[in-house]
Amino acid sequence: MQGITGSEGSFHAAQCLEYGGNIVGGVTPGKGGQSALEGAVPVFNSCAEARAETGANVSLIFVPPPFAADAIMEAAAAGIELVVCITEGIPIAQMVEVKAFVERTGSRFIGPNCPGILTPDEAKVGIMPGFIAKKGSVGVISKSGTLTYEAMHQLCAEGLGQSTCIGIGGDPIIGTTMKELLEMFEADPETEAIVLIGEIGGSMEIEAVQYAKDNMSKPVVGFIAGQTAPPGRRMGHAGAIVSGADESAAAKKKLMAECGIAVVESPADIGRTVKSILGGEAL
Amino acid sequence: MKIHEYQANELLKRYGVPIPGGTTIGDLAQAEAAIEQVASELDTEQFVIKAQVHTGGRGKGGGVKFSPNRASALENIRNILGMVLVTHQTGAEGKLVKKVMITPALDIKQEFYAAITLDRATGMDVFMVSSEGGVEIEEIAKTSPEKIVKQAIVPGFGLRPFQARRLVAALGLEGQAAKQAPGIFQKLYQLYRELDCSIVEINPLVLTGQGDLVALDAKINFDDNALYLHPDVAEMRDLDEEDPAEVEAGKYNLNYIKLDGTVGCMVNGAGLAMSTMDIIKQVGGSPANFLDVGGGANVETVKNGFRIILADENVKAVLINIFGGIVRCDRIANGIIEAVKELDLKVPVVVRLEGTNAGVAKDLLANSGVSIISADSFEDAANKVVKAAKTRLNYGDFSG
Repeated sequence: MQGITGSEGSFHAAQCLEYGGNIVGGVTPGKGGQSALEGAVPVFNSCAEARAETGANVSLIFVPPPFAADAIMEAAAAGIELVVCITEGIPIAQMVEVKAFVERTGSRFIGPNCPGILTPDEAKVGIMPGFIAKKGSVGVISKSGTLTYEAMHQLCAEGLGQSTCIGIGGDPIIGTTMKELLEMFEADPETEAIVLIGEIGGSMEIEAVQYAKDNMSKPVVGFIAGQTAPPGRRMGHAGAIVSGADESAAAKKKLMAECGIAVVESPADIGRTVKSILGGEAL
Repeated sequence: MKIHEYQANELLKRYGVPIPGGTTIGDLAQAEAAIEQVASELDTEQFVIKAQVHTGGRGKGGGVKFSPNRASALENIRNILGMVLVTHQTGAEGKLVKKVMITPALDIKQEFYAAITLDRATGMDVFMVSSEGGVEIEEIAKTSPEKIVKQAIVPGFGLRPFQARRLVAALGLEGQAAKQAPGIFQKLYQLYRELDCSIVEINPLVLTGQGDLVALDAKINFDDNALYLHPDVAEMRDLDEEDPAEVEAGKYNLNYIKLDGTVGCMVNGAGLAMSTMDIIKQVGGSPANFLDVGGGANVETVKNGFRIILADENVKAVLINIFGGIVRCDRIANGIIEAVKELDLKVPVVVRLEGTNAGVAKDLLANSGVSIISADSFEDAANKVVKAAKTRLNYGDFSG
């Protein structure tokens, strides 16, 4: 965990630990030798040191924006297999370089500006509230935080649990795309259906559904937030801005339907739609 | 963040990109001196007067005027300074022109387009040029996409000389201009990257009768996340150009965007906030705003959110939709109760709280004695608030 000695970092580290995560160390440059979480977790000066000492294979990043890009690259350079960055507000030009850097390593990078990953009853790497999740067979991929929680809540209300929930972040440049995660869910034996929650802006949803059309055997349920958003205005997320006709919610939903994805019109119908597709077979 | 054309020109000049030059004034009393200054410094008797407002389509709206002599320049300054400029981007209310730029009129031989922005799909910056300058790039993209030539920029490597030459060749430039152009393009990219721009657009980039390339009109926007790195750029922000309610919201770290509907919304998280607007529309209402109160919503953010939403006179009802993850719903409920009491609300408020301690929160709201309509689900909340906005029913109508 990078940034474990900060207030956000230590709070969420404790939450992850409580959920069952195995946090073996923290990294804060200059605070090596100290400990965090009331002495439970040793703190190292660098990712390389933490990796060598503990064998850590995942890093969760809570470093403030001016230092976050460096922290992501440090984790990837240290050979950490999975790097998840929660930090919001990293300059986009820095993320362009981070993405190019990480691609030269073997690391899988999720985020930034995301709620992280949660596999119910196993582990969470991020800030999702654990109690809203239930173990099951629906995979959730989303650009948004609280809308992910909403989807999980609706699934649980229909008696449908989740295999893994992943918030990928709403910035213009992110580490892992929807398409890559669809591939992983398609290969995951514990997942039977996938909920894909996108929003206005960018072309990631388009790439993902075109992939799904030709390559996926599992049903995909899709929702796009922002159909009432005016063009040219950034809606909260740095990436949620319609700058071309094909980035609108209507265009993305149309393409989803053409690619055989069950399109959810109302954000209140995410759970019900998955239920209707899976019928009585879920759980 | 957006800046004015005259500010963009200052930056271009700093980076050595040729601009027409000129001066900018905000007071009619300075007009004659400004004309004299431009005439003598730039050796010209013909001018272009340009309104300095954050919008495209200034020319069509009457905000850019060619002036063949000093008297005409003065007349045009008088007309443009203080006018309300209406363009296809401003809406019917238009924008008040507080500053005008006086520039020399150039002898234009040819107009080109040049721009740099991020290509999200590839994760790389892209430098675009077109031989069709002076018109909107969206138009070129529609009518003759083959006339837009793109060059992807490998992260960390900048625009390489051979790439710049490729772009120049695509424009068909010759002679002196062909020699100048690669350097100009490299300087443009340097500006874009060093100042963390989200877009640099030169439209048109002109070839003059003297064979020089000049950036005649520049639009430069910046990545808000990176403004902390560039305090001099951040100072260029002109709050007069922004919606006052949005500026006010920004002071409280609230993300607010005004829309034209009647249902005010207060939501935590951008995706859920957009979805809340969507569902309001789907059940027959219209959202008055986008408002993301963020992850750390508390009593103060709820109060400030109310103030900003209610400053919009179109708002007939308010929907609060909070999914408490780390945030505890009982705290939000207390914030809502306190805000409703303190602000003496005149419009119905529908509240949907889900997540951590939602049950406790509902009891708090029910027993608070304040007039709040409680909703059980996302859908229920949308139906109730739209009904309330349309009919202004009494609170009793929603009981049970």
